[in-house]
Amino acid sequence: MTYRRRDSPLHATRAAVGLAWCLALAIGALVQSNPVMLGGEAVAVGATGLAAGVWTELRRALPLAAALALTVAAVNALVTRNGLTVIWRLGDLPFVGQTDVTLEATVYGLVLGLRAAILVLSAVLLSVAVDPDELLALMRRWSFRSALTASVATRMVPVLLRDSRRLADAQRCRPGRPPGRVQLLRATTAGVFDRALDVAAVLEVRGYASARRPRRGMSRPWSRHDLAFSASAVAVIALAVVARGTFSAYPALEIRAGAGLYACAGGLAAAALAPFLDRRGVAP
Amino acid sequence: MSIVSLEGVRYAYPGEGRPALDDVSLEFEPGELVVIAGGSGSGKSTLLRAVSGLVPHFHGGTFAGRVLVGDLDSRSSGPGELAASVGTLFQDPETQVVMGTVRGELAFPLENRGWGAAEVARSVEEAALALGIDGLLDRSTASLSGGELQRVALGATLAGRPSVVCLDEPTSQLDPVAGDELIGLLRRLGEDFELTVLLAEHRLERCLGVADRVVALSGGAVVFDGDPDAFLGWALREAPALATPGARLLAGVGLRPTPGVKRARSALRRVGLLNDGMDVLHPTDAKRPEREPALRFERVWHELKDGPAILRSLSLTAKPGDRIALMGRNGAGKSTLLRHAAGLLESTRGKLTKTGRVALLLQNPTDYLVHDTVAEEAPPEALERFNLGHLAERHPRDLSGGEKQRLALAIVLAGEDATVVCLDEPTRGMDRHAKHELAALIASLDQAVIVATHDPEFAAEFATRVVLLSAGRVIADGTPEEILAGGTYFATEVARILDGRALTAEAGAALLTREAAPA
Repeated sequence: MTYRRRDSPLHATRAAVGLAWCLALAIGALVQSNPVMLGGEAVAVGATGLAAGVWTELRRALPLAAALALTVAAVNALVTRNGLTVIWRLGDLPFVGQTDVTLEATVYGLVLGLRAAILVLSAVLLSVAVDPDELLALMRRWSFRSALTASVATRMVPVLLRDSRRLADAQRCRPGRPPGRVQLLRATTAGVFDRALDVAAVLEVRGYASARRPRRGMSRPWSRHDLAFSASAVAVIALAVVARGTFSAYPALEIRAGAGLYACAGGLAAAALAPFLDRRGVAP
Repeated sequence: MSIVSLEGVRYAYPGEGRPALDDVSLEFEPGELVVIAGGSGSGKSTLLRAVSGLVPHFHGGTFAGRVLVGDLDSRSSGPGELAASVGTLFQDPETQVVMGTVRGELAFPLENRGWGAAEVARSVEEAALALGIDGLLDRSTASLSGGELQRVALGATLAGRPSVVCLDEPTSQLDPVAGDELIGLLRRLGEDFELTVLLAEHRLERCLGVADRVVALSGGAVVFDGDPDAFLGWALREAPALATPGARLLAGVGLRPTPGVKRARSALRRVGLLNDGMDVLHPTDAKRPEREPALRFERVWHELKDGPAILRSLSLTAKPGDRIALMGRNGAGKSTLLRHAAGLLESTRGKLTKTGRVALLLQNPTDYLVHDTVAEEAPPEALERFNLGHLAERHPRDLSGGEKQRLALAIVLAGEDATVVCLDEPTRGMDRHAKHELAALIASLDQAVIVATHDPEFAAEFATRVVLLSAGRVIADGTPEEILAGGTYFATEVARILDGRALTAEAGAALLTREAAPA
């Protein structure tokens, strides 16, 4: 799941704006707890995957997001004592004591889970649709070495994955009994150190050790996509903040959503997706 | 006025008693293309690392003498400071790329120097244009082939306009086409920008024709320093393993050795040994007994999900006793074919049949070595067979490259009998002597042998059959005389000199002597 430049308005946007837009989706999910608004956010994130050509990557991350959402929901249902409608009496459990699962805690847990899933998927969007090099160049103005360390660590992940696959293939080619796990672990560790040394030597000869803080660069003109996604990010946060609806889980579930709230949820999804309508100049 | 100067440099790696560089004194002029020659362990890489400042700053160890790059002394200036004047390119393109996009990679060393954005952008564009990689600038580095990665790494090396560039076997992982392109590019950069190029290479026939000077090392000491013509004469007398096939051919007919195909042809033409209209080499018609194939690919496809087809209806058979050299450009499907044979990959269409186990030696022999001693890696009889018995108590990772290769081969051939032996690029980074030993080892195997290689000289030494792959298909399958004698990239140096009438220096010299003899 790595960044690849695609012909989409989000990929054509400068990294700072792409980051702000993905953050806006995440902030929207954090400030809203109403399921209707969170539903609008979820639709926006999913549709972005399609519109930006990264649906495959998003789909790959869905099991992780779903697992996280269900875990959050289950934990909330098990540990929250609030709620009047008991749907499952589990009795006296070790560590947690008397446990009754209530409808209210379960629903609230699912809402929290949905929020967590949106956060995960927003992060996935950021990693596959925003140029990491440009993002790191941006970060380097504040913390050069941390940004570079993050960059190299990110780069090493696929290299080490390839190495481990190679090692596994080599072991499959050995006739007879395969070597023990400890021996394999030691060989893998030695390989990782070798790789790390190689990369460290490359960093040295590329001048990393004497790296200076980069000078502020020339300003790059704002493209139509930069402007559109900036406006979209502001609109998403504004709608998430102003949307008013009633949702309270405890002691009893109360969800009131009028036309205004549905309009805000629809507006949030529309505001998030509107920049994708203009596909002029999206190719690299 | 020299751009790089080494004065009495002695260096030993930490914990090593034997010096890796022994009293080395050299001076390199601006714009020189210098080939650093020598066998494995002769000190070539260490010399380059001393110029780039990695020795001693990165590796530690004991250092004496002085290395000056321009006004910078490597004792007081580390690799980071020297990087402004010295660009360094290593062997493995995979580990030389640290950023996510090509543009980011080329900009990285410049940003490290605190250059402004406009300067960085301009230099990145210029380096990309000079290397012909401007079309790759916005590509992800993860999507590049080995050849493209090596060019990008060279771009990152050159973007800061260094005055010296050190290249440590940069073509060892490239196919012949990409390798020749890289060498040609270095020559042009030297001429256009007065760039001093220090190039360590094992395949000297590839680069001597464009070199201004050759420095040969042995045991860390300089044993020769002169022009390529003089080097070949010296090599034939003192270090035959370093003599190119072309030089051996000329020496075989009593001519003074000279580098490069064009000059060798001129030398032969001057004495009437190379005439137009001579017969091309006829394939040997050695009839082999008909035997059941040990391995048979029948219209095998390997199609990646959401990706291209790597093998496209590939058909191939290998019989016991066959010595097949599998050749083709990077990405042609050679490794994929071998992985299918060994059962590491499943075909998506087609049929693969084999009569027994297929032993596969992958590109990196170190991947097979997981124990603390050589004795634990393979049974004693396998170690003896590959002449490793005397190393039984050594740690496998302490062995030389050639010894590791033999040990890995002993591991995959141990136990139940394999009917097919596959080797994937076994000669990467090997010197000529080690290649010769490996060719002899392959010749001693009874099984069908398939070797993926980029090295036509090595293929000519062991192969009874050469299969050329392109885009997942077999485009040529014939005897070495049929495949390696024609063309440019997949031909041996002697074949190129003699218009495909012989493959090896010895055969070529015999042919010319026969033709020159009075009837």
